[in-house]
Amino acid sequence: MDDLLAGFAELFAQYDVLAAFWVNIQLTFWAAILSLVLGTVLALMRISPIASLQWAGTAYVTIFRNTPLTIILTFTYLVVFAQLGIALSDDLNATFFWYAVIGLAVYHAAFVCEAIRSGVNTVPVGQAEAARAIGLSFLPAASMVILPQAFRGAIAPLGNTLIALLKNSTVAVAASVANETSSLMRTMIEFRPDLMVAIFLLFAIGYVILVIPIGLTTTWLSTKLAVKR
Amino acid sequence: MRKHTMGLLAIAAASSLVLSACGGAEPGEPTGDDTAAAGGGETIRIGIKYDQPGLGLQEGDTFTGFDTDVARYVADKLGYAEDQIEWVETISANRETALQNDEVDMIFATYSINDERKELIDFAGPYFVAGQDLLVSVDNTDITGPEDLEGKNLCSVTGSTSAENIKAEYAEGVQLVERPGYADCATALASGAVDAVTTDDIILAGLAAAEENAGKFKVVGNPFSEERYGVGLPDGSTDTCEEVNAAITEMIEDGTWEELVTANTEGTGYVPNDELNPPTPDECE
Amino acid sequence: MTASVLFDTSGPRARARARVGNIVSALAVLAGLCWVAYVLYTKGQFAPSLWQNAVSAEAWQFYYLPGLQNTLRSALFATVGAVVFGIVFGVGRLSQIRAVRWFSGVIVEFFRAVPVLLMMIFFYMFFSAQAQWIADRPFAAVVVALVLYNGSVIAELVRAGVGNLPKGQGEAGLSIGLTPGQTLRSVQLPQALVAMLPAMVSQLVVVLKDSALGQIILYPELLRSAQILSSKEQNPLQALVVVAIVFIVINWLLTVLAHRLARLLSSRTAGATIEGTGIGNPAAVAGGPIGGGPGPGSGIGGG
Repeated sequence: MDDLLAGFAELFAQYDVLAAFWVNIQLTFWAAILSLVLGTVLALMRISPIASLQWAGTAYVTIFRNTPLTIILTFTYLVVFAQLGIALSDDLNATFFWYAVIGLAVYHAAFVCEAIRSGVNTVPVGQAEAARAIGLSFLPAASMVILPQAFRGAIAPLGNTLIALLKNSTVAVAASVANETSSLMRTMIEFRPDLMVAIFLLFAIGYVILVIPIGLTTTWLSTKLAVKR
Repeated sequence: MRKHTMGLLAIAAASSLVLSACGGAEPGEPTGDDTAAAGGGETIRIGIKYDQPGLGLQEGDTFTGFDTDVARYVADKLGYAEDQIEWVETISANRETALQNDEVDMIFATYSINDERKELIDFAGPYFVAGQDLLVSVDNTDITGPEDLEGKNLCSVTGSTSAENIKAEYAEGVQLVERPGYADCATALASGAVDAVTTDDIILAGLAAAEENAGKFKVVGNPFSEERYGVGLPDGSTDTCEEVNAAITEMIEDGTWEELVTANTEGTGYVPNDELNPPTPDECE
Repeated sequence: MTASVLFDTSGPRARARARVGNIVSALAVLAGLCWVAYVLYTKGQFAPSLWQNAVSAEAWQFYYLPGLQNTLRSALFATVGAVVFGIVFGVGRLSQIRAVRWFSGVIVEFFRAVPVLLMMIFFYMFFSAQAQWIADRPFAAVVVALVLYNGSVIAELVRAGVGNLPKGQGEAGLSIGLTPGQTLRSVQLPQALVAMLPAMVSQLVVVLKDSALGQIILYPELLRSAQILSSKEQNPLQALVVVAIVFIVINWLLTVLAHRLARLLSSRTAGATIEGTGIGNPAAVAGGPIGGGPGPGSGIGGG
């Protein structure tokens, strides 16, 4: 046990585990905001009156929901960085960080869209009819009547998407983000293979600690905010 | 309803049967039959790179490059015909573990001999001496050595320490890009997104000579390290080491070494450093 | 549903406006694509040889197809394993014995929270160090990581599937003298499994996508074989496009299959079929305040 503790002390002195988790948290935070915006727009497109918008929304969801995230993130490097040469910062590490944020957002927006659509399905038809009856056209009806209720109904699936996003932020390594948890865990295990299981458990428990509050909060929110019917 | 459960179980059982019938597929082995047994005297498992033009590259169902040719020669001297060689992919990051965990019998994969690695495994050879260098665009004249990389973007592969060495010793302000393969580096170099690619000169030469890259890149030609490529062996293989060294010496003496170097660097304009090459194998420990 | 209650069928003026909007946005998208295409063109990415080498017979025979075979092999093994794992621990969470319930709960919640990539890297290194009798360790690591994660998701599906059945099903089983365990096994579970089948097909999409992470531990799956191909042909972008298309087509077909199954099987179970969302935990979607059967407002979504 003393050996284990000494080993851990040495590992912690050499590697900054919290900093690695902080990178994943930041990736998740920014990607969550971006994907929520993008996903809401996509959901609006899919329920909108205009056929071409519906089609575009459906096409987006079909393509990005079915592509492995690794491939999307590799594209950010191969196309956006290597070909288009769009630098988002003077610092390459920051550039790759934002590529990863965008790649994660593009992928998860498809799931946010589906979550919101499932939320829309919980809104009774009467609500839409009432909105129309008082003379609201599509956008006001959607933004003032349908979406606020849909979001409340979509909290559980949105929470699941957020959890998935947090876990998927480890794949950012494919977009050349080198200082997040999966790379650090690998380096640490290579450095101290004898502590392999303990190192894995350390990272795994780190994720459990991050995921469980999200799960509890969304469950609590979804009951608290559920529209009484 | 019991019938239902049984039906589902039967489906699960049937599908696992189907699954076990379709075995794994090695790249370049479309038939996918796993005939090679682990260990044993029948085959020899040799670790190589699969993704380095000129050194170890999968081309269809065969493997080409200098490392694979040397491996074939040495295996032949040890009594293994070519069809008894089982090629295994070893990347830079997992070479020591592959030997320690008995995944391979020996490694020919641009494997530099150093003291840190010697503590974990044994080396035979060296059979070649390369040096770390830079690959730049053919019309680039600013970058002539690692000191010129200050503020530039430098690409290398994940798990190699060559880029970090430059950052630590020559140019603190260099920005590093790590990718899983050199092809990712080469496309970024071709488009100008990175300024240089670094690793051993012979690897860079192979990369520059790949068909699609012809005429686009040049190796700077100012090597700033000495990389002595050895044959990786599991710890405590002194006897095998002696045999491998004998084979390498013979290969150099009978002119095969020269032939293989020429054949594999043809068209790259690469000439090995003749003060260091061909090397004399070290004493086995 | 063809018309939505959210808007009227467009009149001539709205149609004209939509047409203008369509043209303008199509032009904007087209301009963006043209710019990307132009830059790619100036960088030489449209050189015919790059694309020919990415789709040649040799590329398929020696790289993509063996890679795809490995991808499918890992996905199928992982799915079968995950279903077994999921049924065992899903039933465990419904057990009468508190310790079993508690233990299954901890296992399921733990493996749902840990990123698959971390598990893959760990198991790869762990098997290499501790379990050398496993011949194909990258394969084993990919499958074990996928089984643990997806099995936990399926365990939740099993629980939700049983929970979604009308109460009368369990009561009927008890009233004819079956024990609670027998009721679960012979009455509730078979119907729940039928209800879950579409969600399991959706989960196969998740498994397939996640199997591409095997590339990071050198499992020679589709993405890794494309990387090796591109080392030879120096065409990483083109090879990746081919691989992306292969994944999208296979996963799209599976999604369509899941949708069909959901409709086909809805008559074979007393509960509602669960389709799954292809991410995270579909069970919570089904078990939460929404999706618990066709609600009163399920028509708004339209197309």
